Amino acid sequence: MNEHTYKQFDAEMEAIRSGVLAMGGLVETQLSRAIALLADDDHDAIDLVGADEKQINQMQVNLDQMCSQIIARRQPTAIDLRFVLMITKIVNELERVGDEVKKIAYKTAQIRGADSLNHVRRYDVIRAAERAREMLQMSLDTFARLDAGAAAEVIDRDEDIDAAFLAIMRQLISYMMEDPRTITAALEIVFIAKSIERVGDHAKNIAEAVVQVVKGIDVRHASSDQIRAEVAGE
Amino acid sequence: MNFETVAARPEAEAASPNEAPPKISCRKLDFFYGKFQGLKDIALDIAERRVTAFIGPSGCGKSTLLRTLNRMYSLYPGQRATGEIIFNGQNILDPGVDLNMLRAKVGMVFQKPTPFPMSIYDNIAFGVSLYENLSQRDMDERVEWALTKAAMWGEAKDKLKQSGMALSGGQQQRLCIARAVAVKPEVLLLDEPTSALDPISTAKIEELISELKEEYTIAIVTHNMQQAARVSDYTAYMYLGLLIEFGATDTLFLKPKRKETEDYITGRFG
Repeated sequence: MNEHTYKQFDAEMEAIRSGVLAMGGLVETQLSRAIALLADDDHDAIDLVGADEKQINQMQVNLDQMCSQIIARRQPTAIDLRFVLMITKIVNELERVGDEVKKIAYKTAQIRGADSLNHVRRYDVIRAAERAREMLQMSLDTFARLDAGAAAEVIDRDEDIDAAFLAIMRQLISYMMEDPRTITAALEIVFIAKSIERVGDHAKNIAEAVVQVVKGIDVRHASSDQIRAEVAGE
Repeated sequence: MNFETVAARPEAEAASPNEAPPKISCRKLDFFYGKFQGLKDIALDIAERRVTAFIGPSGCGKSTLLRTLNRMYSLYPGQRATGEIIFNGQNILDPGVDLNMLRAKVGMVFQKPTPFPMSIYDNIAFGVSLYENLSQRDMDERVEWALTKAAMWGEAKDKLKQSGMALSGGQQQRLCIARAVAVKPEVLLLDEPTSALDPISTAKIEELISELKEEYTIAIVTHNMQQAARVSDYTAYMYLGLLIEFGATDTLFLKPKRKETEDYITGRFG
């Protein structure tokens, strides 16, 4: 894309772009900390996850304000307008990922060592969380490169995480039916798994926003096949 | 970038807003200032009772196109247009066209307000008296009607005998719009009507355009892209005498089809 005649406009657009990447990087770090907690590797991570979430919230406020200022001062159109609108959307998605990660960390802390069940199911949950983290990373990468094709692949991946969530649910239900003493801990794991599934949903939403900015089409309610066809069509 | 190939693209042959019937249809329209070709193979429809905006950098031909629509160029020797501009079933480029009647049907308002050096009342009555023989009472009614249409009656009704030149710039421009409306045209051509006005006067004119389109077909040339986005239903982007892209304003300002258009409306031009 060519530069704007107003160079300051370019600088402002670059500032929100790099701001989102910084925010995304922090959310990824926060999720890695939560995964370490799940793996019982890092007991101190809980405080860091809480601190990350506060910083993520502040980044959301700052970036939203920058976007408002660009709209007010530059009246962006076409690709610029879609880009600014996409930034506000992605910032919201990232902030919500931050909330979900905080929930994962706090729930994990609650059940740590309390019941043997969490040792049994931990591996599946960690694997699902790793997939969600990869998906988030990929969605941010598609944003950095404005790559609609890669964004379509991220959107496809959400089904894997949804399937992993359902598998965890089915197994937990079996445990709870066999031994009611596991219900309390199993329910906490259900909440953790649900938060992981939501992280996948937010990553998918980010990828959909990338498709919208690049292609100018709203694919939020389209099927995977439709999205692939739209992205492939020039 | 090869703009000649852009002009030759198939859809330019029938650049037409589908939803409203065309009031004016241009086909294969070329325009020459002596040997210089100012418009090249323009094909577009101007929809009835809609606002069509022409945008593009200086010298792109947007004002030239507007001036062909009521043959304003015929006042100047050495300027000629070829092709078709169909208005009410007739090619207005035909030699036999009555230019006075054409300009009564296709009125024009210019960049700088051009009130006649006469009273507000006479500014409006003068044009009407050229085409119609009205009684004093009917003329009074027509003047009030035209000033009301131009959202000026409230300000002007107590000073109808004052000179039009004594009004503010924004009022003068609305007086010119009232003068154009008074002869009951079918089409209004606005050539950068607010470029010499302050923001409040500009807002009043833009509001007026929205009201006038209920009854009139309007074509507006503007350098202000936000103004085109605000007031128009359809937008045509022109460059070097060619029609680069023409479509619904809602689409053109959000997802233009052509990169040249996107570069221009996002301020990346040149």
